[in-house]
Amino acid sequence: MRKIENVICPVCGSLCDDITVYVEDNRVVEVENTCAVGRAKFLNYGLHRKPKPLIRKNGELKEASIEEAVRRSAEILTESKYPILYGWSSTSCEAIRVGLELAEEVGGIIDNTSTVCHGPSILSIQDVGIPSCTLGQLRHRADLVIYWGSDPYSAHPRHIERYTVFSEGRFQKSGWRSFIRRLSGKLVKKRLSRVAELILRRKLTFPEEKYALPPYFISEEERKLVVVDVRKTRTAEVADYFLQVKPNTDYEVLQALRMLVNDQDLEVDEVAGIPVRTLEDLADLMISCDFGILFFGVGLTMSKGKLRNVDAALSLVRDLNKRTKFLIMPMRGHYNVTGANVVFTWQTGYPYAVDFSLGYPRYNPGETSVVDILRRGECDAGLVVASDPVSNFPASAAKTLVDNPLIVIDPDVTPTSMMADVVFPSAYIGIEAEGTAYRMDHVPLRLKKVVEPPPNCLPDQEILARILREVRRIRRG
Amino acid sequence: MRKLKVYLLTGRTIEQGKAKEFGKTSNLYKDSVAVCYIDPSDMKTLGIKSNTPVKVSTDFGSVVVRAEKSSRGSHPGVVYIPYGPWANQVVDPETHGIGMPSFKGVPAVLEPVPGEKVKEIEELLRDSFGEGSKR
Ligand code: SF4
Repeated sequence: MRKIENVICPVCGSLCDDITVYVEDNRVVEVENTCAVGRAKFLNYGLHRKPKPLIRKNGELKEASIEEAVRRSAEILTESKYPILYGWSSTSCEAIRVGLELAEEVGGIIDNTSTVCHGPSILSIQDVGIPSCTLGQLRHRADLVIYWGSDPYSAHPRHIERYTVFSEGRFQKSGWRSFIRRLSGKLVKKRLSRVAELILRRKLTFPEEKYALPPYFISEEERKLVVVDVRKTRTAEVADYFLQVKPNTDYEVLQALRMLVNDQDLEVDEVAGIPVRTLEDLADLMISCDFGILFFGVGLTMSKGKLRNVDAALSLVRDLNKRTKFLIMPMRGHYNVTGANVVFTWQTGYPYAVDFSLGYPRYNPGETSVVDILRRGECDAGLVVASDPVSNFPASAAKTLVDNPLIVIDPDVTPTSMMADVVFPSAYIGIEAEGTAYRMDHVPLRLKKVVEPPPNCLPDQEILARILREVRRIRRG
Repeated sequence: MRKLKVYLLTGRTIEQGKAKEFGKTSNLYKDSVAVCYIDPSDMKTLGIKSNTPVKVSTDFGSVVVRAEKSSRGSHPGVVYIPYGPWANQVVDPETHGIGMPSFKGVPAVLEPVPGEKVKEIEELLRDSFGEGSKR
């Protein structure tokens, strides 16, 4: 058995780099330090992967050689007038670079998954700017951590433990002690009321605690966790303070907080159902911290207001910086979605939704973004890399993709690959192939290869390079 | 049967994240995403229990998934379906000119459909995309 240390987990944007992997007979047999999702990936990857590329013939996907699949893909792309090249957030930066070259060669549109996730955040950041930092800074210094519209417990399970409240920083202690205290407090209360109920033989009701005030001052030595969300998420359950907002009202609440931070009076009693007293306390808490961080998730970008919600959050942090030090960071989902934005930007000047149909890069989300193009039915072929738009796009948009010739490069069997015309089962980056990925804070990390891929499963980069070569051969004759 | 007006949220769950790694054609995946988390009080109003099939309808389509009691706090009037092909039958595709559909906070109607079945993934894909022009 081979033990490999400091392996990077290729699942979510936290890119935990402290994983230990045990390999026997070219199989991962055990992992340490991952969360449940990372563990499921390392131990179960490739369960359904096809042994060879597939090409659709007479309506059915049939096995083919890599050469045949490359040729068919190149034909589809050269015959197409306006192909879509989509995905890119779960592959290496090296593969993305080749993908961009291919998009330019075929005059298509290239977009990555941030278009349906943090695309609006990027638009706001381009408008307002962003004061941000690396996760290491936060781990050691942040004394107030806010997750807004984000549930790291479900989407980035080790984020809190590794980078924020439950990590033991050099200047900030972990918040787990106060968590245990609160937990036992709650348990004792529950038990006592149960006993009281048994004795009194009637049900006791307690006043709603929902808008209870933050029960502490920030001057205590342990760092604090605040969660703002539309429902009580698992993260909210471990928070020192949870503020529940109604769906689609984040914008009002953020703007109200801005007014309070700027010492303006709110001439109402409540904002979006939340008493102004509660917001005042939250604003005080934010001002009184020494080093605050606001992590925001797709709860802001996917609900009403979209990019304007993020505008308000960024502006709130800008205002807070007049009073204290405060930073903000989007919680990026896929392990290399940040890398996709970075590589797109350094190659074309734009982070996503790049159109090469005129021979030079053009960027106009809403026009050149993939969901809009699909809904208008403008594209006539698709290449999807390491993504599953058929599952993840609104059904009406996915339909255009399915109705046109579709090439899929993905190690996993997904609804998208089931509907494709050419499928390349590829190697898993970070397990069977090396590659570079960017963590959510823009720190590039080198993913490791811990086992050999099966013989017919090449890394994405290699497959794309072969398709590009074939396309050039066909076009130049 | 009673109906309920709700807001639909979609998003990630840890179950969905884990099940995804077992393959999207696995039963585990279907169990983790073809589900609608509903507030216990709303379930009472509708007179349903966990695992009753419910139909979620929006202006953009409808889908049958199984009901599940939401265990996290109270959020009457808000239901939650994890990301996946089932949720995407009913989300709002309008991007308001910025490329981003509305995956959260879509007004929806919830109704129990005790006799109906939750579609398998193959069936769901066939019904929403047909056999395709080339197939
Ligand atoms: S938090 Fe993310 S990167 Fe870290 S182990 Fe879990 S899935 Fe992997």
